[in-house]
Amino acid sequence: MPALSLKVNGEVHPVDVDLQTPLLEVLSDELHLRGPKFGCGLAQCGACTVILRGKAVRSCVMPISAVKQDEVTTLEGLGTPEKPHPIQQAFIDEQAAQCGFCLSGVILTAKTLLDENPKASDDQIRQSLSNVLCRCFAHVRMMRAIKRYQANRA
Amino acid sequence: MNTELSRRSFLKASGALVVSFSAASLIEPLAFAPFARAQGPFATHASHIDPTKLDSWIAVASDGTVTAYTGKCDFGQGIYTVQTQLVAEELCVALDTVKLIQCDTSITPDQGTTSGSQSTPTNFNNANLAQAAATAREALIAIAAQKLAIPADQLTVADGVITAKNGSKVTYRELIGGKHFDLTLNPTAKRRSHSKWTVLGQPTPSLDTVALMTGTFEFVHNVHVPGMVHGRVVRPPESGATVESVDEKSARHIPGLIQVVVRKNFVGVVAEKQWQAAQAAKDLKVTWRPGPTLPAKRDFYNYIRKQPSRQVLLVDSKDIDAKLNSATHVLKATYSHPYQAHGSIGSSCAVADVHPDHATIWSPTQSVYPTRHSISVLTGLPLDSVRVIFVRGSGCYGLNAADTVTSDGAILSQAVHRPVRVQLTRQDEFISENYGAACVIDQRAGIDASGSIIAWDCETWSVSLGGRPGYDKPGNVLTGMLAGLEAETITPREAVEPKGELNNGSNAVPSYVAGCIGGKCGGAGSIRSERVLVHAVKSPFFTGPLRSPLRLQNTFAHECFMDEICAHVTADPVAFRLQHLSNPRVIDAVKTAAKAANWEPRPSPKPANSRTGPATGRGIACVAYEGDNGYAALIAEVEVDEATGRVQPKRFVIGHDCGAISNPEGLRNQIEGGILQGMSRALGEEITWDDRKVTSIDWQTYNTLPLGIEVPAIEITLLDRPEAEAIGAGETAITLVAAALSNAIFDATGARLREVPFTQERVKAALAGPVAAQRS
Repeated sequence: MPALSLKVNGEVHPVDVDLQTPLLEVLSDELHLRGPKFGCGLAQCGACTVILRGKAVRSCVMPISAVKQDEVTTLEGLGTPEKPHPIQQAFIDEQAAQCGFCLSGVILTAKTLLDENPKASDDQIRQSLSNVLCRCFAHVRMMRAIKRYQANRA
Repeated sequence: MNTELSRRSFLKASGALVVSFSAASLIEPLAFAPFARAQGPFATHASHIDPTKLDSWIAVASDGTVTAYTGKCDFGQGIYTVQTQLVAEELCVALDTVKLIQCDTSITPDQGTTSGSQSTPTNFNNANLAQAAATAREALIAIAAQKLAIPADQLTVADGVITAKNGSKVTYRELIGGKHFDLTLNPTAKRRSHSKWTVLGQPTPSLDTVALMTGTFEFVHNVHVPGMVHGRVVRPPESGATVESVDEKSARHIPGLIQVVVRKNFVGVVAEKQWQAAQAAKDLKVTWRPGPTLPAKRDFYNYIRKQPSRQVLLVDSKDIDAKLNSATHVLKATYSHPYQAHGSIGSSCAVADVHPDHATIWSPTQSVYPTRHSISVLTGLPLDSVRVIFVRGSGCYGLNAADTVTSDGAILSQAVHRPVRVQLTRQDEFISENYGAACVIDQRAGIDASGSIIAWDCETWSVSLGGRPGYDKPGNVLTGMLAGLEAETITPREAVEPKGELNNGSNAVPSYVAGCIGGKCGGAGSIRSERVLVHAVKSPFFTGPLRSPLRLQNTFAHECFMDEICAHVTADPVAFRLQHLSNPRVIDAVKTAAKAANWEPRPSPKPANSRTGPATGRGIACVAYEGDNGYAALIAEVEVDEATGRVQPKRFVIGHDCGAISNPEGLRNQIEGGILQGMSRALGEEITWDDRKVTSIDWQTYNTLPLGIEVPAIEITLLDRPEAEAIGAGETAITLVAAALSNAIFDATGARLREVPFTQERVKAALAGPVAAQRS
């Protein structure tokens, strides 16, 4: 198998896997990252979301070969438990989770939208989350956290 | 066999395999863990941890920190945080000095299954964890009194330090750090008075939040064990199909393939990497013998009525036919509810490490001890040689595929002699789980000349196959059945006369009847002529508890029917409910919700609404959850687009009573999630199938409301009753949503939705059809 190097959260990792391997499996199984998770494997729910080239992408269906030299940012790449990123802090402040399995999809999707369009309307925020699922239905708090982050970063 | 010694050496051996996060948290407690103190008799199911011993629940470490052991675990419902609060409160220590160890068959007491809104009633009143913590505090004060030679009643305790009026002090660490209590739980140990609570009852952020938000929380999906390889399962492509042959050669071209594993109708593959296992599972050629044809979905509710049933007569005043004959009007209506999925966002996963003489299993199960039994049966290992460690999966809401994937892992690991991580695919999850049961419910009520209800007759049919494996039925979930074990099924039986106390655990008995058996009335209402007959029939699919199992379905039927009666007698739905209720806590919840929503008393439907354009309306529903495990009333306000049939809930207002509240912040989170999950289930969720297989197998074929919906306002009034017993709160709110929405849609449009989910097609059909309940 060809060795390749993968840049994730500021660090370069040599990985030795089939080039068709989904990015998610490399992040979880090889690098032992906990942020992106296997929800559906079909790009239908968002639990595996990472940021690549400024976009929130679904790592469960992206072959590792498609990442090329670009850096991958996962949920744990935003901030740390000691120093969370402001959007993570907003989610902490709003207690915006129950089981928390979906958070990569929710937080990274909202972050990339607001990075690109800081003044996104509520409709635009909702639109961006129209393919993101939270089955505990912590919707009320999640929307509040996103609005809080948006207000704080303005 | 000397079980104590073997357990010690087993734990020592398996301890090396404990995953990184658990290693740190388990090492110290293991040094003086209760397993070493095994002595009977044991109240629970063959656990070596005696729940009557204080050391089974509470330990003070040599640094003075407190470790508590619980058999109730957290899937996102917040029970980890509140149990930590409970222990901190009773022991008068800071929240961050308490470490809670949850659900591990080697070190926590057997508390069965974490389910049924039972964790709070079980652990927060005067038994189990709460009683242990109170016993520990009183014991520590007693030891301090002796040591300081000062009477106990002259000592105060705060932050783990016991202080006398003369200023002399002693710490928990000095009193007992690193040592056993050697006490039994004291049934008269006094809980701290709620008026003194500083930790319990306070809005407390969930202790896992920071780790969750920063992606550092360890789910079972993140467990890595040295030497671990990856498994995938190959499920029957059609319901009930059985293996004819497996062409193992067909997967041999996959690099990294370790083994194809076949055990009766269980088929799986194991490979070095997950991707390889997925490819092998995809390429493996299995020839399946078709199972029986499935009953037609479109006629399913009629089908289940005609099946042989196990009947239970919950209440029967024996005058129901006479009363209905004497009534001025008799109303009838039928309600139906589909199979629904738990649909956990994370497809289930488990890690199993099965050796010839012992096994360690990391599982998202709600039931570590019962799961230990299943794994023991499947592997042939003695119970004592199986350790099941709970590691959180994604929110389960009941019996999702967590138990079945745990069995998958054990079978695969035993076959390959390696630790195996099994990840189900989304399709596997949808066809492997135990669905929430479908049911159909007939209602009849007699109304007198004054417009009061004088008789209520209810007959229900619900489906059942399998369920929780418990301590004796590993075949109750798919993997056990595929491996050749029997699932629990329905044995038809005629109803017998109700005896003893009213059992309303499934809310089959409407809130408005008196619920009298042998002169003793346990119902929440006043109607004396009453009959409730329930039928359980064999399901073609596995079923199991799904958040508010049958309670939701039954409450939907009762609360909609009550609304139909209100409309028939042109009564206000709040006033008319109050007129027929007797339970003061349900009454309180109804009044609270009505006041908070600024309810305008009038009959439904709303007079001014026409049948064109968007119509608005409101509806109410109330419940005494399981009869006595939660009281609530929910008001829904909706907008219905009559051209498209689209229902948009705008506002929910709830009055909620779960007795003494442990964490109001966590409680609100649960109520909000319950209401919106209920909305998703009421408006769209439904398992579908054709004549051979389930066809709702992913998020395109099974409807769920995404995050991007217009989120209705949710207004919660908590009725705190600190003097009352703490009762359940995870399922009460969701129980009411379908009924409140149906009633609101009726108020807005005059159209009655009697079948869940209220899809746009069904709303449009109802708008076009007859509106009122059938009158005879």
